[in-house]
Amino acid sequence: MASNEFLLEYLPVLIFIFIAAGLSLVMFIASLIVGKKNPDPEKLSAYECGFEAFADAHNKFDVRYYLVAILFIIFDLEIAFLFPWAISLGDIGLFGFWSMMVFLGVLTVGFIYEWNKGALDWE
Amino acid sequence: MVIKMIATAAFYLFSIILLLSALRVITASNAVHSVLFLILAFFNAAGLFVLLGAEFVAMILVIVYVGAVAVLFLFVVMMLDVDFQSLRQNAKSYIGGGLVFGGVMLLELITLYFAWADVQPTLVAEAAVVSDITNTEQIGQVLYTDYVYAFQLAGLILLVAMIGAIVLTHRRRADVRRQKVADQVYVKREDVLEIKEVKTGQGIS
Amino acid sequence: MSPDFVNIYLMPGLFMLIHIGILVGAVLGGVAYLTYAERKVLGAMQRRQGPMTVGPFGLLQPIADGLKLLSKETIVPTQSNKPVFIIAPMLLFMLALVSWVVIPVDAKLVLADINVGILYLFAVSSMGVYGIIMAGWASNSKYAFLGAMRSASQMISYEVSMGLIIVNVLLVTGSLNLSEIVTADRPLWIQLLLFPMFIVFLISILAETNRAPFDLPEGESEITGGFMVEYSSMSFALFFLGEYANMILMSAITTVLFLGGWLPPFGIEALAFVPGIIWFVLKTCAVLFVFLWARATLPRYRYDQLMRLGWKVFLPFTLIWVVLVSGILVYTESLPK
Repeated sequence: MASNEFLLEYLPVLIFIFIAAGLSLVMFIASLIVGKKNPDPEKLSAYECGFEAFADAHNKFDVRYYLVAILFIIFDLEIAFLFPWAISLGDIGLFGFWSMMVFLGVLTVGFIYEWNKGALDWE
Repeated sequence: MVIKMIATAAFYLFSIILLLSALRVITASNAVHSVLFLILAFFNAAGLFVLLGAEFVAMILVIVYVGAVAVLFLFVVMMLDVDFQSLRQNAKSYIGGGLVFGGVMLLELITLYFAWADVQPTLVAEAAVVSDITNTEQIGQVLYTDYVYAFQLAGLILLVAMIGAIVLTHRRRADVRRQKVADQVYVKREDVLEIKEVKTGQGIS
Repeated sequence: MSPDFVNIYLMPGLFMLIHIGILVGAVLGGVAYLTYAERKVLGAMQRRQGPMTVGPFGLLQPIADGLKLLSKETIVPTQSNKPVFIIAPMLLFMLALVSWVVIPVDAKLVLADINVGILYLFAVSSMGVYGIIMAGWASNSKYAFLGAMRSASQMISYEVSMGLIIVNVLLVTGSLNLSEIVTADRPLWIQLLLFPMFIVFLISILAETNRAPFDLPEGESEITGGFMVEYSSMSFALFFLGEYANMILMSAITTVLFLGGWLPPFGIEALAFVPGIIWFVLKTCAVLFVFLWARATLPRYRYDQLMRLGWKVFLPFTLIWVVLVSGILVYTESLPK
């Protein structure tokens, strides 16, 4: 079956993933076997500059981290649209070029809005 | 033959991990574990796409869903401090709505199954890799020209998402000092520096 | 077992396994001696000698370091989320290794010559944040969590401009396959057009690998090592190996995208007698030297400055450059094919 030819190129990827996973597991287990074990409640507690940990470390975080993540999703999608465009621009000519320019123009409007609102500032 | 065998084995491997991790997404008691299993599920779905010959879709699935969307999910469940135990207690009141949604989706899947029953699955797999050009180029050749309206609509949706995100989440904080780069760059010597001739033994008056 | 089976499946399979073994060995050896080179280069830049004690010129130092880490106690904090805590460094190390499968080190010398090679690299590198977020969250320590959040935000911010730079290169090469990206025809004026992107890419990979001057996630003077603070022994070593393997990987990607991969430098035919793999290694080392040089010379950025550089300088600049390059290529009709 001709359609399976290209899959052969992916076989090393799959094998490599297994080998890399195996290697990291072996390294971890080797350290468990070779390394000394001398646990101590203080040693096993979370580091906080010599203090007892005041509270659970998973506290609420600033909303700007979410904003960065959301903006990242949007620009990541934009890039996902740019990839096929970049490699087939020679075939789709001027119409394809201007089609993408309009798309980028629309997103630039959003980008300018962000900039003016100060959403890109890390305060 | 051996290629086909390996492909089949890979298909079952990906499918089993996909189904198991999808099951763990809804059964894991820790919400962060749920998201991590969701990522594993996405990753295996990408493997299935590769087996279908849809290389571009597979990579975009990893780049966009694993690399971006799931990061946001993880941020939210890790930091919003949602009390999932109490949410779970109220879960019974949502069960009716959930069943309706699940039923509708199940019906859709059944319809899809019968609609596709006539189509040979091997034909679909071959369609993706039928010609010399890669499927990324095939997408590129039609998306920006033949489907230009859908493409521009996608741009508008992204614009709405961008503005919506800022309106909903951005609060300008008043209690912080901002660095004004332009002011710093355009500062002149005369504004900040004054040279005084000081005579010996007299000091500055 | 028929001879057919041996010839068609067994021999290529064995060859592939040997190839993978050599590649993994080369990457790990490269990582070991990159740490040595780093200490030597930093030493030289500060008029010191660097490691000198273990072996001649301290050449056995990386091995001694590795053995020391192996013999240390593996600490899993009591408050931590144990499975996630243990998996996180393994994941990071795995991701740093699996990218290598598509890197063409010479003409035809590549394990997986897939059609979407550059997308594969982009996908794997976009998964790198998980190792860090998982480590920071599972440690259940404030410093680790803060470091992980910083790191994740920083990496995703610079990934946007990296993606746009890759689009610039793709416009010139017209293919997503890494071997074709290397061999694509690049006249001098196109190389000059891409040169600013090369500079931005160099800075972005420093940020993407959390290296100085963008090493805020582990800024030891503020957050005592960041997401790695609770890790010890081999788990720590896996982070360390992952970080350095990522540095080598990013240098190799720069070589493939901008420096002509295995081709002799500046297209000089007379130098073509040297095997391509040697050129590839030399070019990668040159980029790696920039990493070390930056670490020795530049002070650490402040976080708001770092985010501003990513979102307000690199993103608009690379986006405008995409428009510029594509416009020039379309109107001069010099697009590939």
